[in-house]
Amino acid sequence: TPSPPGSTSVLAGLYGPAEAKSSRELPDRAALEVLLRPKVGLPGVLERSREQLLRQTCEAVLLGGLHPRTAVTLVLQVLSDAGSLLSCCLNAACMGMLDAGLPLSSLFCGVTCALDPSGAIVLDPDTQQEQEARAVLTFAIDSAERKVLMANTKGSCSVEEVR
Amino acid sequence: VMSARGEAAEVCVGRVVLPGDVLLLPAPARPEEDEERLLRLGAGAGPPRGRLLCGPGLRRCAAGLLVTKGGVLRHRAAGGAYWVDSQQKRYVPVKGDHVIGIVTAKAGDVFKLDVGGSEQASLSYLAFEGATKRNRPNVQVGDLIYGQFLVANKDMEPEMVCIDSSGRSSGMGLIGQDGFLFKVSLGLIRKLLAPKCDVIQELSQLYPFELVLGMNGRIWVKAKTVQQTLILVNILEACEYMTAEQRKQALAKLSGN
Repeated sequence: TPSPPGSTSVLAGLYGPAEAKSSRELPDRAALEVLLRPKVGLPGVLERSREQLLRQTCEAVLLGGLHPRTAVTLVLQVLSDAGSLLSCCLNAACMGMLDAGLPLSSLFCGVTCALDPSGAIVLDPDTQQEQEARAVLTFAIDSAERKVLMANTKGSCSVEEVR
Repeated sequence: VMSARGEAAEVCVGRVVLPGDVLLLPAPARPEEDEERLLRLGAGAGPPRGRLLCGPGLRRCAAGLLVTKGGVLRHRAAGGAYWVDSQQKRYVPVKGDHVIGIVTAKAGDVFKLDVGGSEQASLSYLAFEGATKRNRPNVQVGDLIYGQFLVANKDMEPEMVCIDSSGRSSGMGLIGQDGFLFKVSLGLIRKLLAPKCDVIQELSQLYPFELVLGMNGRIWVKAKTVQQTLILVNILEACEYMTAEQRKQALAKLSGN
C-alpha cells in the first residue's frame, strides 16, 4: 500500500550473521556495516556520516560478542522523505534487528526535535518546519534505562536548550 | 527506575517479551541459602529445587534474566527451563542439532559443508557408519548430507558427524538422488518437528513421500513424480502463514484431483 502523502518511510533489510571477509572480520565481535541509500541519486557525504551514526548506535545495543568473526549488514533504502529522516532510519534499523532475531541488549527509538526561532520545541518536524528551525536535534534513546545513545545537532542552540 | 524494570518470570510466561526486559526469578525456597548459588546455568546433576536453565533468547544479568530476542516467553517445569520462542531465517549452529548440509569442497580427509551459517562446517570421511580408511564414502561436491553437530560454538569452526555416539547412523548420512531441497524459516521447522504435527499427518494422507527436515531451515522432499514433489513443496512453504482451516481446504482440493 502506498504511504500517505507527507510521511517519511524507510525500508530496512538486515543480513547476518554471515561470513566476513578476512580484512573486515573482528576477532571478538560481529562487524556491523550500514548502507544508506537515498531516494534519488548516489549516496554522498551526508549518507556516509549518517551511516556512521547509525552504525555506532546499533553497535551499542547489539550483543556482537555472541557472533565473533561474522559480518552483519544493514541496508536502508529511503522510500519517501517528509522530514525527520534520521530518526525514521533509527527506528527502521531497530525494527530490522528485532525482526531478524539478532541478540540485542535493549531496543531504541529515534526522536527529532526542531527549535524554531522563538525557542519553542516541535517534535517530529516535517520538511518545512525543519527548514525554518534554528536547530534540529536528533536523539536515539534506549528502552532499558531511557538513556541517550546518540545525539546529532544541525544548527546552533545553547546548552540550556539542549537540556 | 531500576527496580520498576523487572517483572517476575512466571507472570510473563506466554506473553511477548522484547529485548531489554528483565525477568526476576522467584526467591529461593530455603531462605538461608545464598541466592548466587541457587541461580545456576546449564547441565549437571543436582537437586532440581532452585535450579534454572537459561535457554535461547535469554542471558543472565545482575538482577535476573535479560531478554535478548523478541518473542513469546515459554517455560518448562521439568528442569526449570525458560526460553524465548522467536522467529528468524538465519541459522546459527548449535551442538546436537540435525541439519542438512551441501558439500562444497573435498580437502584431503575432510569435506567442507555449507550449512547456512556464517562459517562452513567440516565433516571427516571417517564419520560415516562403516567407513574405514580403505572403505571411503562415495560423496561428491554438491551432494546433500544429513548429520548432526559435534562441535558448534562461537569461537570454533563447526564440525559435523553422521554417526551418533554409539557408532550407528540412525538415519543420518548421504541423502539420495532426486528430490527437492528448499529453505524455510526456523520457526516453521520447529513447528513441523513438534511431536504431534498435523501438517505432516495430513500430507501423508495425500501421497507417499520421503521428508528430511534440517534445523537450519532446509527441507528435502521426494515423492513419486516431479509434480507431486512440487505440490508438497508449495504446501510446506505456504503452511507457515495458513490457518488450519485454509490448509484443510487446500488439501481437500488437491486430493479431489
